[in-house]
Amino acid sequence: MAVDSSQIYFDHAATTPMVQPAIDALTAQLLKTGNASSLHSTGRSIRKELEEARESIAKAAGCSAIDVIFTGTGTEADNLAIKGLYWLGAKAGKNIIITSTFEHHAVMDPIKWLQEHEGATVIEIPVSKTGSLDLPALQAAVTQHGAKVAFISIIHANNEIGTVQPIDQVVKIAGDIPVHSDAVQSFGKIDFNFNQLGLTAATISAHKVGGPLGVAALILKKGVNIEPVLHGGGQERDIRSGTFNAPGIIAFAAAASNAMIHMQARDAKIRKLKSFLITKVLAAVPDAWVNGQSENSLPGVVNITFPGSDNEGLLLLLDMAGIACSTGSACSAGVHRPSHVLMAIGLTEDETTSSLRFSLGDSNTEEEIDKLASVIASVVEKSKSAANKKVSN
Amino acid sequence: MSGKLKVIAAMSGGVDSAVAAARAVEAGHEVIGVHLALSSNPQKYRSGARGCCTVEDSHDARRAADVIGIPFYIWDMAEQFHAGVVENFLSEYQSGRTPNPCLRCNEKIKFEAVLVRAKALGFDAVVTGHYAITKEVNGVKTLNRAVDPEKDQSYVLAVLTADQINGAIFPLGDTVKDDVRKEAQARGLFVANKPDSHDICFVPSGDNAGWLRERLGSEVGPIVDQSGKELGQHNGAYTFTIGQRRGLNLTVPTPKGEPRYVLSIEPKTNTVVVGTHEALAVNKIVGQPPIWCGPVPDLNKVYKGFAQVRAHGEPLPTKYQFDGTHLIADLDQPVFGLATGQALVIYEDDRVVGSATISETF
Repeated sequence: MAVDSSQIYFDHAATTPMVQPAIDALTAQLLKTGNASSLHSTGRSIRKELEEARESIAKAAGCSAIDVIFTGTGTEADNLAIKGLYWLGAKAGKNIIITSTFEHHAVMDPIKWLQEHEGATVIEIPVSKTGSLDLPALQAAVTQHGAKVAFISIIHANNEIGTVQPIDQVVKIAGDIPVHSDAVQSFGKIDFNFNQLGLTAATISAHKVGGPLGVAALILKKGVNIEPVLHGGGQERDIRSGTFNAPGIIAFAAAASNAMIHMQARDAKIRKLKSFLITKVLAAVPDAWVNGQSENSLPGVVNITFPGSDNEGLLLLLDMAGIACSTGSACSAGVHRPSHVLMAIGLTEDETTSSLRFSLGDSNTEEEIDKLASVIASVVEKSKSAANKKVSN
Repeated sequence: MSGKLKVIAAMSGGVDSAVAAARAVEAGHEVIGVHLALSSNPQKYRSGARGCCTVEDSHDARRAADVIGIPFYIWDMAEQFHAGVVENFLSEYQSGRTPNPCLRCNEKIKFEAVLVRAKALGFDAVVTGHYAITKEVNGVKTLNRAVDPEKDQSYVLAVLTADQINGAIFPLGDTVKDDVRKEAQARGLFVANKPDSHDICFVPSGDNAGWLRERLGSEVGPIVDQSGKELGQHNGAYTFTIGQRRGLNLTVPTPKGEPRYVLSIEPKTNTVVVGTHEALAVNKIVGQPPIWCGPVPDLNKVYKGFAQVRAHGEPLPTKYQFDGTHLIADLDQPVFGLATGQALVIYEDDRVVGSATISETF
């Protein structure tokens, strides 16, 4: 699955091309027959490969194989963790959820749902201008409400600005309170070790690390028996029923193992490209700025505000120039929304809609960044006159 | 404008704008499809497949763009739409006038906000699926009626200035609707049989009076005859339109037993004045501000032409003049039941001369 060579693809955080070992694993599996839950030898042989895949993913994520619960998407895994941990806590009279102001929608929206439909009380911990969780505020919330807190959910690395959160500190402050972390963007890209961090639950997804779409996992500590969202055949510790997506899972494992092997080299290469991109783009558009600190962050994600511009126009013009990037989240009809992540780190609504995320991956080159740098100034100028925003100095 | 242009095709998700975009591609233009999101909550305004504001419509527009083979984007115009069309709709009713929101949408959104943004982004023009014809005479582009009298939309486009008409392309003006549907079918556009949109896209139920009552409240007021005698009561003067006969619920008959019609609405006193059909007769129409779709008429010179006062109304033979502020039409024959707030559009044969919002009638 290569990127269209006529297009420059700076949207690897949305999804990234499949890596060869994952393609090989997937295509090999597609030729096989067998339901991994079947008791006969055909089923068992698929199950064997599936369990080996589970062990590989556990190794990559720093957890036990039994902790890995496969799901269809990262969103599903987030929903399962959040609703499950809440209902578990609620049984013991704990109805408070602690989260941050800049979670992914897959975490934010089920929490909002619990607030609206299940009587949950939500405490949102703010983040700093550089994109780090306010640990003293978390400490204060835990000290005040600890006994009533069902769980804490904090994203590991933010999907829009890339900043990495101090999850080890969060877990320390949490004490006995279960902690879930959405590690969809960080898994396979930076160090992520479920057991070392002391997490109760975490979400990872295949297609962000070169695996196929439609397969992800909730890592959930053995013995934490949450309510399922899907009821059925009782697969995955009775927590996630549904026929195993064996080809997807096995390809996920191949991608995860591949990511672990190449992590260090990739990190160095992509970080270098990112700093090249920042230098070139800021040189071309001097009043632009990078959102969130770029040191303790994902290697390939950079979010830049182009004051006075309008990211609908920026995206269209860059797309016409053959460059793909992202404006953040859109609603179901495809309308751009002011980013709650950028608002959380202190941008105004106007500034959030003047911002673009560039996310780099293995396919990118310095030549591509040069191309971006050669068009960005005129694209920003055109977009500014189309947006007609007031810019405060 | 001629030759190969860079154009934005405004795609509502309906059959007309899809065929218009396809024709623009065939004409050799570089076409980008854009769907306008007009509600901040797409389900709020209308659910179902008839409007231009739903998730289904944006999906239909996207699929049409895919079939045609053009890039596609969504532009969020919800704020502009709310300020320029919905707020205007409410304030016009509050002032006792009857607005035409489709006209305002063309004026403020499609050929203002969109065209301005398109030009700033480096595009030359906006393509829409409106049924109208532009003709270039001596380098000046004019707006003219479409060949399909049933679908002709020159009336709702008569709010466009000469500049805006210059930046507009209407590829469907020479075709009748049935043929547009057949063409859509032949092009593999699955919106070919999608029903036409009617009603007002932001009034989901189609219940205009109910929608207004929810937002403007329902204050009881008197219904009076021309002498000021109270004949009954109503629940909000703004839900009435001049010329309206139904819904008055009057129990006092007229001496001759003839039906009564709404003659005027007085928002300050929340009064609805009713009277006989003859009392609705209008011979002279005054509108402002005038918008000229082509050359500006000479000041105070009396011209002969046709006046149209409703979207699919008859062209009424008239004399008209421009006094520097107002567009004034002296009709050859009276017209009955004319609401202020609607548009007066002047034609010279099939060419749109200009328009104005009706402010007074005599």
